[in-house]
Amino acid sequence: MSTLVFLETHDGEPTKGGLGVLSKAAALGAGEVSAAVLGTGVRDAAAKAGAHGATKVFVVEDDALAPPLPQPRVDALEAVVAESGAENILFAASVLGADIASGLAARLDAGLNWDLTDLRVDGGELVGTRPALGDTVLVEVGWTSTPRIGLVRSGTFDPVESGGTAEVHDVSARFQDFSTQARLVDHLQEESSGPSIEDADVIVAGGRGLGGPEGFSMCEELAAALGGAVAATRAVVDAGWYPYSAQVGQTGKTVSPKLYIALGISGAIQHKVGMQGSGTIVAINKDPNAPIFDFADLGVVGDLAQIAPKLTELLRARQ
Amino acid sequence: MKIAVCVKQVPDATVHKRLDPGTNRLDRSGEGALNATDVNAVEEALRLKEASGGEVVVVSLGPEKAMDSLRKALAMGADRAVLVSDDAAAGSDLVATSRALAKALEREEADLVLFGQQSSDGDGAVLWAAVSDRLRRPMVSQVAELTVDGDAVTGKRQTEFGYDVIAAPLPAVVAVSDAINEPRYPSLKGIMGAKSKPQEVISLSDLGVDPGEVGEAGSRTTVRAVAPPPAKSDQVKIEDDGSGAEKIVDYLAEKRLI
Repeated sequence: MSTLVFLETHDGEPTKGGLGVLSKAAALGAGEVSAAVLGTGVRDAAAKAGAHGATKVFVVEDDALAPPLPQPRVDALEAVVAESGAENILFAASVLGADIASGLAARLDAGLNWDLTDLRVDGGELVGTRPALGDTVLVEVGWTSTPRIGLVRSGTFDPVESGGTAEVHDVSARFQDFSTQARLVDHLQEESSGPSIEDADVIVAGGRGLGGPEGFSMCEELAAALGGAVAATRAVVDAGWYPYSAQVGQTGKTVSPKLYIALGISGAIQHKVGMQGSGTIVAINKDPNAPIFDFADLGVVGDLAQIAPKLTELLRARQ
Repeated sequence: MKIAVCVKQVPDATVHKRLDPGTNRLDRSGEGALNATDVNAVEEALRLKEASGGEVVVVSLGPEKAMDSLRKALAMGADRAVLVSDDAAAGSDLVATSRALAKALEREEADLVLFGQQSSDGDGAVLWAAVSDRLRRPMVSQVAELTVDGDAVTGKRQTEFGYDVIAAPLPAVVAVSDAINEPRYPSLKGIMGAKSKPQEVISLSDLGVDPGEVGEAGSRTTVRAVAPPPAKSDQVKIEDDGSGAEKIVDYLAEKRLI
């Protein structure tokens, strides 16, 4: 059984998620483990792949792969899979990685299992663990043909350095006409401001249930009463209610404070992966069916506008 | 401009979702609803149509009763609904679903194919990428701001590294984020009018899809076993009766967090 791991790079650096999946693939101890590195100026990433368990690294360097877009990467990986003969193709979940994995599944008529939180080899078969239905059941998933494609939930596996080196193989790709039609017009990066949420012991986070940007004043007052920081969900950051630097979740920051208070947050998986390491989770939401109640330590079903200011007041009175 | 919006019926949020122990498939017997984030895609399509004219068709794959949910999109203002419904398609995974859906979309020849962010039952958030590869069209996903200008689309989206602005020529496939808009509620007039809008149910043979290429036969993944997750101990859930804030303070004090 041979395994190929897609190693996503940003500014030439492999992502932690990709290195984590590569380390896990090496730890499975089932056959050859290789990595695919695609882009321009990505050769240094190949060395990192070797240090994290890959014995071979397939490099596709092409200007078509310079922007972080999925479709040309499907073409490049199709060429790498043909060259490597990989039976397993693994990805760390990311905005880019998920789209590549799915496009490649259609291209190769291969099975894709997503949101995997564990991988093992059982009787020569790759088996994945996938929490489903809002993490209320654990499903053991398999594949009925090769190649098998797996998309691993973000933050699942930590990178482990093994100190090895990898042979580098250059592969050239043929790009489909439709794959290079989308183009990157602009990239915007917001500068972070205020105290970092990653170091805070207490976080008060707000979601859509706040009703609008003005709802964040409730979060700020509660956070001040607790000596904590304010965080936000992707939905409200995208809607412009709060800055990107405060975003927790798959495309934002991963936090693990002692106390996480979620105000008006439904608890989508993409948010959960960024805060599930919190010591104690308290959630207030008016929707009794919100998934956050499945993993909150204390869940309060009710009106934020009533509860949060009163909570702030009570906490201030204790000081 | 002709816009096709891919939507899905999912179990209503109030239904306790469970896997059928016999088939390991999701039990879809309870009340269904239009997937919440697909409503954002329908809304975006309607706004584009209102700005520059055209047609909005919702396209879905599912059991016949899924038409009840598609009717919500018609009530919001979509022009017609196409539901691919066939017993042979039940249990389709990503490769099989994308194959049938792509065939239905090819038949529509839309300028723009829209997807919502994620289904609340499958949670995959990947279908558009497989479908666009089959349709051989450019694709932009996770779009939080969408503009259509003549024969091109431009989408702004968030990634782990900030925001990317991506442009693609039409015809194209775009998946929108749930932050893109606040969907309208169907009006009473819209709800009444939805009943008389075209609602087509088609089979796999209508699309020229071999039943062996979809359903379990056409799928490449399998469910081996299902187990309950490890129990999270001492979770507490309360309804606020006016003393919610006090109860939170007591809880935090007991845990020595304040």
